Amino acid sequence: MTQLTIAKALTNGLRAAMEKDPKVVLMGEDIGKLGGVFRVTEGLQKDFGEERVIDTPLAEAGIVGTAVGLALRGYRPVVEIQFDGFVYPAFDHIVSQVAKMRARSLGTVAMPIVIRIPVGGGIGAVEHHSESNEAYFTHTAGLKVVCVSNPEDAYWGIQQAIATDDPVVFYEPKRRYWDKGEVGIDAPTRGLWSAAVAREGTDCTVVAYGPMVKTCLQAAQAAAEEGRSLEVVDLRSLSPLDLDTLCASVEKTGRMVVVHEASTSGGLGAEIAAAVTQRSFHHLEAPVLRVGGYNLPYPPSRLEEDFLPDLDRVLDGVDRALAF
Amino acid sequence: MIQLLTPEGQRVEGGTDAADYTAYVDALSDEELRGFYRDLVLIRRVDTEATALQRQGELGIWASLLGQEAAQVGSGRALAPQDHAFPTYREHGVAWCRGVDPLNLLGMFRGVNNGGWDPAEKNFHLYTIIIGAQTLHATGYAMGIQRDGAVGTGDPDRDAAVIAYFGDGATAQGDVSEAFTFAAVMNAPVVFFCQNNQWAISEPSERQTRIPLYQRARGFGFPGVRVDGNDVLAVYAVTKHALEEARSGQGPFLVEAYTYRMGAHTTSDDPTKYRVSADVEVWKLRDPIARFKAWLAREGRADSTFFDAVEAQADELALHVRRGTLEMPDPDAPSMFDHVYVEPHPLLAAEREQFVAYHASFEGSHS
Repeated sequence: MTQLTIAKALTNGLRAAMEKDPKVVLMGEDIGKLGGVFRVTEGLQKDFGEERVIDTPLAEAGIVGTAVGLALRGYRPVVEIQFDGFVYPAFDHIVSQVAKMRARSLGTVAMPIVIRIPVGGGIGAVEHHSESNEAYFTHTAGLKVVCVSNPEDAYWGIQQAIATDDPVVFYEPKRRYWDKGEVGIDAPTRGLWSAAVAREGTDCTVVAYGPMVKTCLQAAQAAAEEGRSLEVVDLRSLSPLDLDTLCASVEKTGRMVVVHEASTSGGLGAEIAAAVTQRSFHHLEAPVLRVGGYNLPYPPSRLEEDFLPDLDRVLDGVDRALAF
Repeated sequence: MIQLLTPEGQRVEGGTDAADYTAYVDALSDEELRGFYRDLVLIRRVDTEATALQRQGELGIWASLLGQEAAQVGSGRALAPQDHAFPTYREHGVAWCRGVDPLNLLGMFRGVNNGGWDPAEKNFHLYTIIIGAQTLHATGYAMGIQRDGAVGTGDPDRDAAVIAYFGDGATAQGDVSEAFTFAAVMNAPVVFFCQNNQWAISEPSERQTRIPLYQRARGFGFPGVRVDGNDVLAVYAVTKHALEEARSGQGPFLVEAYTYRMGAHTTSDDPTKYRVSADVEVWKLRDPIARFKAWLAREGRADSTFFDAVEAQADELALHVRRGTLEMPDPDAPSMFDHVYVEPHPLLAAEREQFVAYHASFEGSHS
């Protein structure tokens, strides 16, 4: 076991994937000498060369569009989008090209592309640097969408994402990049594609992913001090959803609160609420509730603490679920 | 503009830029030249038949290549076997040159698939509907060729290039500019082949650009040439040269084939609403097949026996296209769930099961 930050765990995971498979190439803006704006690719160009760690022109559609071509040639591009709000110029290539190529080729073509996106707020950034746009991609068939919350999943998750022949949108919680945690050096015992019970409990299930997992674990700790037992599920895979784990948890606790930073309307919480209700209706003591960002453009950073769900809002959601 | 054959079918010899390209044509055998003619006639016949099939309700839509046969056959025949073509949705002539059965193209327009051939088999990639997106795919593919060490080695069987097809309308898209940028700074072996047919559905070229399109290449740092797109010999020579440059490591090249879309954008629009018939009449006089036939006959490289044989072949091909379309089965419905992901997907697996059970319940009620 070794202590790593999420950022460093990703660097090591990328390095391991590149060592294992010479077809893995990294692409993005500033990822070479600078090592990326979050330094996730630090040192990789020096070790693997400019042909495998490609500093691209500043053009997101170009980055993902050329990654499609490289994938067609047999490469496994790992693309870095600098910030969540910068992915939109590449949107067409992700949802119309990357996601659909396999279906339209009747299975003859694979798109083993990983699109890494630092996601979410909480770092006091200017606008377009703090968005949670996962619902756009979870709504698109053909993509897998994941979001890691801790160094262990970051290290193994990025390798699993690269290894799959399906395209993956890989979200990295930017305000947790510098959080440290244990990373096991043995092969992963849990798949990136399944949810994980991060804390067991009996009174209410709290579902979160990425940056909100830590917040929810803190909320569960606070609730425990008041005699309430919360189960925290770390979703990890946003598409496909691991409904088996979610339903097993809610059938145990009878209550569920879904927490995310993204605006609630049409968000992933709505999908989870509907899917879990449909399957586990008779086990529910309360409707599945959502705690999320308000239905606003991401506000100026001086207001982001009011916008983002925090420990108290999570506990308020739990109170509402328990009040039924 | 590079031209090797006048609309009257006279060879343009020397004295201009054309001289640089004549060697490519001189190297062609009579058999190869007759092959060009055969390609032109056959692909026009496929196009005519497909248009008829659409009018008879057998195809949902068809994008005609009428008038652009020389641009497609000339460039398609310039490709080496190891080169890769990234088409838009009108490159039926290029597909033909790559050995893709026209019926595979018609499947998409009939609605039985969204592009039903294996791109790796013929090095001819899937049709792209989103305008210009394929220029980036082509550039990325060319970057892959670079990484495979298959450019600039001097081995003619190993060095490869990519050709990206697009229209004049596509040059207004950001993707095309980004493809030019990436290709230029990466020095990628890609030939951008713009068929300037002068119409983006109803909008003329003036709505897409203020300068001749081939001149754009200069701003991105690579060569651009305009060629008479209705002159199969000139298109062949210019494209062959551009591909050789790319394969040898000289980087990207832009070819603007100046031509005219004689038909509608697709069978869904009505060109009489937005252009004058006098223009179409002028371009009829520049027909790519008539001028090439006149030259072949005048030069004695082909005779009436050959021309008649090609007509008979065209009849046969038309029959193949018609029969094949009418006999084309609808896909097995549950198969739509099969090719979305490589790895199993629980939601899709469950939906597939429900779909099959739901339809089985109807069959059961009839029994």
